[in-house]
Amino acid sequence: MSKQKTQVIEHSSAQTPDPGAASGGASGLLGNLLHGPAARSIGLVLALAVLVAIGLITSGDRFMSSDNMLVILRHASIIGVLSIGVTFVITAGGIDLSVGSVLGLTSVVGSLAVVQTAAAESTWLVMVVVALLVGAFAGLINGVIIAYGNVVAFIATLAMLVAARGLAEIISERRTLLVTNTDFTGFMRADFLGVPVLVWIFALVSAAGWFLLNRTTFGRRTVAIGGNLEASRLAGIKVKRHIVSLYVLAGIAAGIAGLMMMGRTTSGTSTHGYLYELDAIAAVVVGGTLLAGGRGTVMGTVFGVLIFSTLTNVFTQNNMDTSVQALAKGAIIVLAVLLQQRFAVRKERKAKKQPLKA
Amino acid sequence: MLQDEKPRPLLEVHGLTKRFGAVQALKGVDLSVLPGEVHCVMGQNGAGKSTLIKTLSGVHQPDEGKIFWEGQQVSLPGPTAALDLGIATMYQELDVVDGLSIAENIFLGHEHATRGVLHVKRAHATARSLLQRLGHGNLSPAREVGTLSTANKQIVSMARALSRDTKLIIMDEPSAILDAGEVANLFRVVRELTAQGIAVVYISHRLEEIREIGDRISVIKDGQSTANNLHVAQTPKAELIRRMTGRDVANVFPERRPLPLDAPVVLDVAALELEGHFAKLSFTVRAGEILGIAGLVGSQRSEIVETIYGARKATAGQVTVNGKKLVPGSVSSAVEAGIGLSPEERKSQGLILDEPIYKNVTLSTFERFARTGLLDENAERRAAREQIEALELRPADPERPARTLSGGNQQKILLARWLVHGTKVLLLDEPTRGVDVGARAEIYTLIRRLADAGTAIIVISSEIEEVLGLADNVLVVDDGHVLAQRTATDIDEHGVLDLVMKGSAA
Ligand SMILES: Nc1ncnc2c1ncn2[C@@H]1O[C@H](COP(=O)(O)OP(=O)(O)OP(=O)(O)O)[C@@H](O)[C@H]1O
Ligand SMILES: [Mg+2]
Repeated sequence: MSKQKTQVIEHSSAQTPDPGAASGGASGLLGNLLHGPAARSIGLVLALAVLVAIGLITSGDRFMSSDNMLVILRHASIIGVLSIGVTFVITAGGIDLSVGSVLGLTSVVGSLAVVQTAAAESTWLVMVVVALLVGAFAGLINGVIIAYGNVVAFIATLAMLVAARGLAEIISERRTLLVTNTDFTGFMRADFLGVPVLVWIFALVSAAGWFLLNRTTFGRRTVAIGGNLEASRLAGIKVKRHIVSLYVLAGIAAGIAGLMMMGRTTSGTSTHGYLYELDAIAAVVVGGTLLAGGRGTVMGTVFGVLIFSTLTNVFTQNNMDTSVQALAKGAIIVLAVLLQQRFAVRKERKAKKQPLKA
Repeated sequence: MLQDEKPRPLLEVHGLTKRFGAVQALKGVDLSVLPGEVHCVMGQNGAGKSTLIKTLSGVHQPDEGKIFWEGQQVSLPGPTAALDLGIATMYQELDVVDGLSIAENIFLGHEHATRGVLHVKRAHATARSLLQRLGHGNLSPAREVGTLSTANKQIVSMARALSRDTKLIIMDEPSAILDAGEVANLFRVVRELTAQGIAVVYISHRLEEIREIGDRISVIKDGQSTANNLHVAQTPKAELIRRMTGRDVANVFPERRPLPLDAPVVLDVAALELEGHFAKLSFTVRAGEILGIAGLVGSQRSEIVETIYGARKATAGQVTVNGKKLVPGSVSSAVEAGIGLSPEERKSQGLILDEPIYKNVTLSTFERFARTGLLDENAERRAAREQIEALELRPADPERPARTLSGGNQQKILLARWLVHGTKVLLLDEPTRGVDVGARAEIYTLIRRLADAGTAIIVISSEIEEVLGLADNVLVVDDGHVLAQRTATDIDEHGVLDLVMKGSAA
């Protein structure tokens, strides 16, 4: 892990003497775009391109049709929203294994008869608020146990993974609750400008996540804590409070994903989101966020999610075995990470050959 | 003395160059080390000393240049190659594994084992004799390294260097983390080693030390050798400084101005206690005053400032800043009240190594630059650049990751952090550790200028001379007790040491 980290660092140090990046201001922004996360995404773009090419070769027009593109995006949207939340937690050096279960729990609570009755009497936004609160509350518990109870994040969220699933089963009595509020399902299943609302939500959450991570003090705190927790604490950052808010954020993301799931399936059940946490973590890591913390990229996560959903699509188009698909997924995770490291090393070598500027 | 003989050099280096990306760290360095000598390598922060020794220990590969070992040209593709030749290195940043025992650390990578089964008893016996040789027979080989003080971790690192058949030990700023007593022990060990014919390459920014322990000196400036094999006894201090910096630096402490009688008390520490460390600690620091805390390693100096700052939770007592009571154990309450701490261990406590300089400089102020939660990175860059200029931080590029800076320049980042927005109370734990002569004078001047502007400052340093030269008043502490409080001009280095000796005897 640490070895991988150093390589990446040398690579970024090799590019920073770029005068454009150094002089700050507008050119600094440009420098960031050219050398920052965007440049690191080259491997991801390549991987996605290869998958698209395979799709084209194997199923041609059927794959490239705009309908199919939307299928890929819609498929990506729920895991995508979940992954954006997880990106923040991992960037800060934590992990959240519970997001899939919490998704299931929010979908169950959001579909409860009481909630739906209340929604029918006023507005379907009641369901939204309830689901988000449930997600936030689960995240709050995670965060408090981790930050103030000093329990390792892996264990605390593993416990939440089990407990949230259990609670969802108790509440739903292991039954599937139907979402009868047609205003809600109508909204979630609608298209806007020819693009499904689910995809719009994914796009909005991604944009908001990117902004939050790169442009706000919240994002700076997140990266700082992941980079060096003790230094951040000694610099006066309220580390514990921030860690709690990160898990709350991941919980809210799970709540949004739960709502999307309720819309797509018109049901709430404890099995929703089963094993989604693994897909989310895989997407985040493939996207280039360091599992050790200190570096995170929302854009990379979006690519990671798209890669996996394109892969699934290519396999379904060709009626291939889901076991083979799982095998391919595993291979992609390893390949993508290896590829990123390769790029980092090559860049550094290239920079070395450049003549020295006095 | 050595200079009269003409033995074959143990190690010879010709025209070494090394480039990191666009940074030319070494531009042509020569070095020649004789068996049994203490060869000092000097140079300013970022001159390339650590890079040089890392190429000699196989960590970095030189781009050009030749290395000769006992007359034979060699290449050092990795650390093991260097170790096998007999070159052991104690790095500037200690590289011991906290979770392992002393013995396990010493034999890391060359364990006593038969078919993978460790010989624990033999390892412990060998470790014990190595520790004895280093004057630390009291340390148990089974003790976990994480529980040791920094000085003792260094002893472990040295024992590891000696655990092989070593002919050359390279020490990168070993004294930076030691106090006067520990340095004396280090020198005793070094003399013992050289008497056995082992050569030592010694890096330090402290000229007095080099005068005491060194035989010959080589100077590097901006990655290039500017002098080789100067004899210590025949080279005046001023010449060394000129060769290092290219100019004359008067290494004096800035003038003190008499404190105005009506200077208000800014920091009030009342009956502060940290259980197991110190108790009933009371003192005040007034606006414009520099209070020095002098003491040996283990005197709980760092614990005292960390408790004032809230990084450790006081078990009793009260810290007050300008009449405002601080919440015990809350760093943010201290920072809000206007206290800043530059911690002792810059890598683990101070810096985010992978982040650029400017983000490290603004780590405690980025919120103040921001508007309604939105970062203003350009304002941060501007502020950082101002501090880079003021402190002559090199390279003067706010975008450089902190990891790639030399040790002294990393230290300057930490100072810069608290200069960005005026702090009322500045706690400086070893502010010049690993900082070169030229920059030291600048940092002293800067600290004094801050005090003159009304900041209350506490300085901790294991160099007693520095505490006495810089501070207005001095607290002499030992094992968490204040032995004396004096005006700095009323006491000298011997006086401080006497107090400590008497204090420990009592
Ligand atoms: N891994 C790296 N990547 C990029 N630049 C580096 C790296 N390591 C060192 N440098 C640069 O090489 C130059 C020499 O650094 P070095 O650490 O050798 O200095 P030094 O003489 O040991 O200084 P100090 O006295 O502060 O320890 C500096 O400009 C530093 O920024
Ligand atoms: Mg160095």
